Amino acid sequence: MTDFLFFAAEAESNEGTLTLLLYLASAVLFILGLKQLSSPRTARRGNMLASGGMLIAIVVTLIANDITSWATVIAGLVVGGGVGALLALKVKMTSMPELVAAFNGFGGVASALVALAEIERNDAAFSVETGVVVALSLLIGSITFSGSFVAFGKLNGSLPGRPILLPAGKSINALLALGAIGVSVWAIAAEEAFAYWIVVAIALVLGVLAVIPIGGADMPVVISLLNSFSGVAAAMAGFVISNSALIIGGALVGAAGMILTLLMADAMNRSIANVLFSGFGATTSSGGPIGDKPVKSATPDDVAIALTYAENVMVVPGYGLAVAQAQHAVRDLANILEDKGINVTYAIHPVAGRMPGHMNVLLAEADVPYDQLLDLDQSNPRFGQTDVVLVIGANDVVNPSARADETSPIYGMPILDVDYASTVVVIKRSLSPGFAGIDNPLFYLDNTMMLFSDGKAAVESVISAMANV
Amino acid sequence: MSAAFVSGIVVFVLAAFVGLEVISKVPPTLHTPLMSGANAISGITIVGAVIAAGVGEGTFAAILGFLAVTAATINVVGGFLVTDRMLEMFKKKPGRG
Repeated sequence: MTDFLFFAAEAESNEGTLTLLLYLASAVLFILGLKQLSSPRTARRGNMLASGGMLIAIVVTLIANDITSWATVIAGLVVGGGVGALLALKVKMTSMPELVAAFNGFGGVASALVALAEIERNDAAFSVETGVVVALSLLIGSITFSGSFVAFGKLNGSLPGRPILLPAGKSINALLALGAIGVSVWAIAAEEAFAYWIVVAIALVLGVLAVIPIGGADMPVVISLLNSFSGVAAAMAGFVISNSALIIGGALVGAAGMILTLLMADAMNRSIANVLFSGFGATTSSGGPIGDKPVKSATPDDVAIALTYAENVMVVPGYGLAVAQAQHAVRDLANILEDKGINVTYAIHPVAGRMPGHMNVLLAEADVPYDQLLDLDQSNPRFGQTDVVLVIGANDVVNPSARADETSPIYGMPILDVDYASTVVVIKRSLSPGFAGIDNPLFYLDNTMMLFSDGKAAVESVISAMANV
Repeated sequence: MSAAFVSGIVVFVLAAFVGLEVISKVPPTLHTPLMSGANAISGITIVGAVIAAGVGEGTFAAILGFLAVTAATINVVGGFLVTDRMLEMFKKKPGRG
């Protein structure tokens, strides 16, 4: 029974049946928690269930093992808990992507460190299968760590967000990956601790080089993938220390991250390999001359008048909304419109922003009810009946050439069909092309008005113009 | 390969499928909290970290253990707290009061 349920019975920490069942309880709480996260009504309770599962696992671990160095354990818990709480409570909602990237990195490095500690404890003498999972924990954990912190740097602006292409970058990465595998084989065969450390070093470099060439707008895929990796690294660490709670928890997260990764790649009509290896957006592709085509530049008064006579208004937010911190101003404008009996909804593209669901969190922060937030499939049938669409800081996700122009690099990407609305107002700083470096024909359509300004300033100026209409 | 290791693989594969089933239904609105909540769960590696720190001998093992516990705890505490902070904002509001 025990062996069937939990092979951790063989672990040297002489865990009893009760311990194993309590680890099972925490795994069940993780599953229930994730399940409840699938509805806004139950999501908060789900998160609490999962954290309850974590608390059980930690307490059981502290009781069931003959812990000798309490000072080390408590110091780690206090320092980590303090730093984690500080980060979680201080972060601005607009900075959520970089925080999640950083947390992914901490999870990855923790799993790699667990494997390193096992190497020290056993002097690198492992059976072949344990050696393999030790090497995998080190590899995946270290790549997750360095890759996540490069993503963190790109997201918070300390590294350039554009793709940085190194000459022969792909060949170098392939060689590093092969090298890491080769050194792992050596480490396992020779039971050589030093070789395992070389694996860590190679993996750290590989993580940096793998993420550096990926541009900011592709970050939703990268963060999701690193999230998945942090789970797989935890599961591998679970194999190393023969603990099923780690294996189950890690596998769940690995699966969750992989689903999000695929959803994000689909939303860009690109394969994961294309996102990771193509250096998309590194070169400014054709795009054509910008600026010699006529655009209709609007004033805040023009926009206010158009909005006043509308029945249905849809707001399309993009990364520019987050940069400008415009979510509260948008909500204020929506309040004014709703007071006039105008119906306001929000159309959110899956890859708007820098992580899955980024826009939804910002709008929720501004007290927008979640039932006004529409996804791609819900939004597109509505644009035809929409009088005014307000595009705030979005570009490639509303580019009609994805639908019509077979030569466009983004051809085939599912977009929000904002050009089907009677009037489109695009709030943007300039006519500069978006991340993909592609000119946007939307800006030159007859039914498009361009309001050139910072997102927040523009919305606020429209709000004051509304008062005079 | 030991029977224990094989049953570990069984648990891993089954848990991955449970994960795929449970998570494939999460609406886009909740994708960010899902990711940060899942991220906190990946901090379960804290169990390994506590064992490494608690039973290890020698200075070097203590340093590794301390770093592992610290990193995992940042992940766990930060992940669950920030997820709760986000989810608190996702309320169904009957318009404005």
